[in-house]
Amino acid sequence: MFDALTDKFNSLFRSLSGRGRITEANISDAMREVRKALLDADVSYQVAETFCKDVTKAAMGAEVINSLHPGQMMVKVVSDELTKLMGPVDSTIYYVSPGPTVILLAGLQGGGKTTTAGKLAKYIQAQGKRPLLVADDLQRPAAVQQLQVLGEQVGVDVYTEETKDPVRVAKGALKHAKKNGHDVVILDTAGRLHIDEEMMAEIERVAKAVTPHQIYLVCDAMMGQDAVNSAKAFNERLELDGIILTKLDGDARGGAALSVKAVTGKPIKFVGMGEKLDKLEAFHPDRMASRILGMGDVVTLVEKAQEHFEAEEAEKLQKKMAQGTFGFDDFLKQMSAVKKMGGVKDMLKMLPGMGAQVEDVDFDGKEMRQMEAMVYSMSLKERKDPDLIDASRRRRIAAGAGVQPNDVSGLVKTFKRSRDMMKSLSGGRFGGIRGLLSGGFNIDAMSQAMTSGKKIKQRSKRKKVARRKVGRKRR
Amino acid sequence: MGFFSKTTQYLKDRLDKTRTKIADSLGTVLSLGRKIDGTLLDELEETLIRDDIGVETTDKLMTDLRRAYKKKEIVVSEDVIPFLREHIKAYWPQQDRSLRTAASGPTVILVAGVNGTGKTTSIAKLAYTLSQNQRKVIVAACDTFRAAAVDQLTIWAERLGVDIVKHASGSDPAAVAYDACEAALSRRADYLILDTAGRLHTQTDLMRELSKIHNVIQKKIPGAPHEVLLVLDATTGQNAIIQAKLFMEAINVSGIFLAKLDGTARGGIVIAIKDQLDIPVKFVGLGEKPEDIAEFDPEIFVDALLS
Ligand SMILES: Nc1nc2c(ncn2[C@@H]2O[C@H](COP(=O)(O)OP(=O)(O)OP(=O)(O)O)[C@@H](O)[C@H]2O)c(=O)[nH]1
Ligand SMILES: Nc1nc2c(ncn2[C@@H]2O[C@H](COP(=O)(O)OP(=O)(O)OP(=O)(O)O)[C@@H](O)[C@H]2O)c(=O)[nH]1
Ligand SMILES: [Mg+2]
Ligand SMILES: [Mg+2]
Repeated sequence: MFDALTDKFNSLFRSLSGRGRITEANISDAMREVRKALLDADVSYQVAETFCKDVTKAAMGAEVINSLHPGQMMVKVVSDELTKLMGPVDSTIYYVSPGPTVILLAGLQGGGKTTTAGKLAKYIQAQGKRPLLVADDLQRPAAVQQLQVLGEQVGVDVYTEETKDPVRVAKGALKHAKKNGHDVVILDTAGRLHIDEEMMAEIERVAKAVTPHQIYLVCDAMMGQDAVNSAKAFNERLELDGIILTKLDGDARGGAALSVKAVTGKPIKFVGMGEKLDKLEAFHPDRMASRILGMGDVVTLVEKAQEHFEAEEAEKLQKKMAQGTFGFDDFLKQMSAVKKMGGVKDMLKMLPGMGAQVEDVDFDGKEMRQMEAMVYSMSLKERKDPDLIDASRRRRIAAGAGVQPNDVSGLVKTFKRSRDMMKSLSGGRFGGIRGLLSGGFNIDAMSQAMTSGKKIKQRSKRKKVARRKVGRKRR
Repeated sequence: MGFFSKTTQYLKDRLDKTRTKIADSLGTVLSLGRKIDGTLLDELEETLIRDDIGVETTDKLMTDLRRAYKKKEIVVSEDVIPFLREHIKAYWPQQDRSLRTAASGPTVILVAGVNGTGKTTSIAKLAYTLSQNQRKVIVAACDTFRAAAVDQLTIWAERLGVDIVKHASGSDPAAVAYDACEAALSRRADYLILDTAGRLHTQTDLMRELSKIHNVIQKKIPGAPHEVLLVLDATTGQNAIIQAKLFMEAINVSGIFLAKLDGTARGGIVIAIKDQLDIPVKFVGLGEKPEDIAEFDPEIFVDALLS
């Protein structure tokens, strides 16, 4: 489930076993995987094609620095390039003086404009401003009430007028803001299709009437291939200043982010991470890149780790243990679950209360990579039954993984120990990530088992990560 | 029944607006007399991907296409579209695409989906069509969470002249469902349609809340809900598959209401959903007005995909 792309790359590049350069021959296979990952993530077809061409060029020159896995290097090149394309970050709201600063929100139906208007009001208010929310959606039933409720929750004024003319409301609101000392005006507008000529002309008229300083397109992160069409049309009619990507709290891979940035050239200002009004966050292109590539971001990682790995995987592994079918593949899965925590170490550090605790844990060590390489060099049978591995097989596996035969013996020993240790643990407590997060798992026991291998060194310090439930409660 | 089916011509007209565009793009792909070669297949693949059909299902279709080509079932480029048309249409066989109804007593329709897909509006459309056909409809405001969600449904109920069961904002949605079932029974309604709050399929607690609503209905009226509609936004990409899967697990979805098909998005993801989860599409939404609804017609849908 995790790092599907990295896994694929690793197997694609296995033959290189770490030395040499990425070549034209193996890159085209890899790029096919990248292309599929992008399309699966809903990156627009055209954008994905162009991207793959550019990356091929960029990757051709890249050295595979001392890495056992050119696959990882390749993933790095790809995600760096993605990050670059979705950046730079600019979450500043530019205020004018004298005010009021006028912000207009536009977008398709149901994208999250009204909710985002409420979130922005809260955000702007926290910066010491006095925003005014303007109910300029005169179409959708109860749109005005919706904004009024949100305004009340935030504690900001909401401007409304009994009319069907949004231009009139916008003008009236501006006047009202000036008179009442509001320094920011946020206009919520009706959702509209980019091909609805009448409605597009209407929002142009609104924009002309109040000349907004910032126009943001509010865009649903779950959008598919059509995201480019609407973004392009809105940008042509309104000259957008930025994009706000909503509903990113789900598990959509969010390729729309890349597409929309690519066709408009406008920065992604904020992301919506929930229905509540404090769920507006700065955009992080690097996290988004990992997410698009299927490598998860903090939220998905932590949540999935808790929900899926712990429940399903742990259960599966447990069953396998009970049936005595727990093999190297499962072992690796478990190890890499721990390793993946390393990939997001920096992000974990940003979670309150987690900082120092992840600092000293060497998740992403060379040992782990070597172990992977060894398991990947085993045949499927060997992975299932370590007892098969005799001296000649050991030599073959070692050669394949670029290690010494006694490293392989070490691993086999580690595996067996770990298997025995886990057998003796009860109640599904062995799920790597789960325990790591809850502080309950025995990384101690695990690394004890691991240190029996020669090459696999004892970690200098082992710290438990504090229990922390992430965003479970809403209502 | 066929309350909704007579809107077919209307559906055609609405879709024609955007269809010409696609026809143009495919027209060049399949210009007359063109040989079926790698480039043509690539371009075709691109079209399917752009419809949001997804890589996996597109690969499947392309494999079938290549096989047919080898078997000489298709020879020239003009054969390609008819082949695909028939092929995709076969995803929705004679399967009943009309609304399921109760043998006796009220027919209960539970409506769910992720945030902002068009649930409340789609309910208004269903209620409109049913009450136009002299059926007594009650709607229930089980979205007690989103700001002014109850007001939104109330306004629709007033406009359409149908009954509404509601509690105060913030109250327990399962309790609303309970009262709504009672009302449907005692007032002898023909249809009870329940609106629920938008929720992401990843929010396990909210999915549990939805299951609870489902259970309450089941307990209160045996055999209900007769129809469980998942409202999908036609602009949604590959995430719709996992949405469908998890909503299916929580409330046993019986059909899809594909909203916002009046834009430029083709909603091709429902092919993958049918393929992988066997959930049929029952209705499509074609605008924001109550009459902007049509029974799903695979023929027209596929033509819009391929033109
Ligand atoms: N999970 C989640 N839901 C969101 C987010 N932003 C908005 N929503 C929900 O999405 C739905 C639609 O949001 P609205 O703010 O009403 O969307 P809108 O663009 O104003 O809709 P129209 O005015 O009808 O075009 C509501 O259920 C919101 O609560 C977000 O970041 N995450
Ligand atoms: N163009 C178009 N717009 C639609 C269609 N169906 C719904 N909408 C619009 O989409 C927006 C969201 O619709 P709602 O019915 O409020 O969606 P919802 O799923 O109930 O939203 P939440 O309850 O907030 O999750 C509104 O602006 C509707 O007018 C459709 O078929 N076509
Ligand atoms: Mg709105
Ligand atoms: Mg609703």
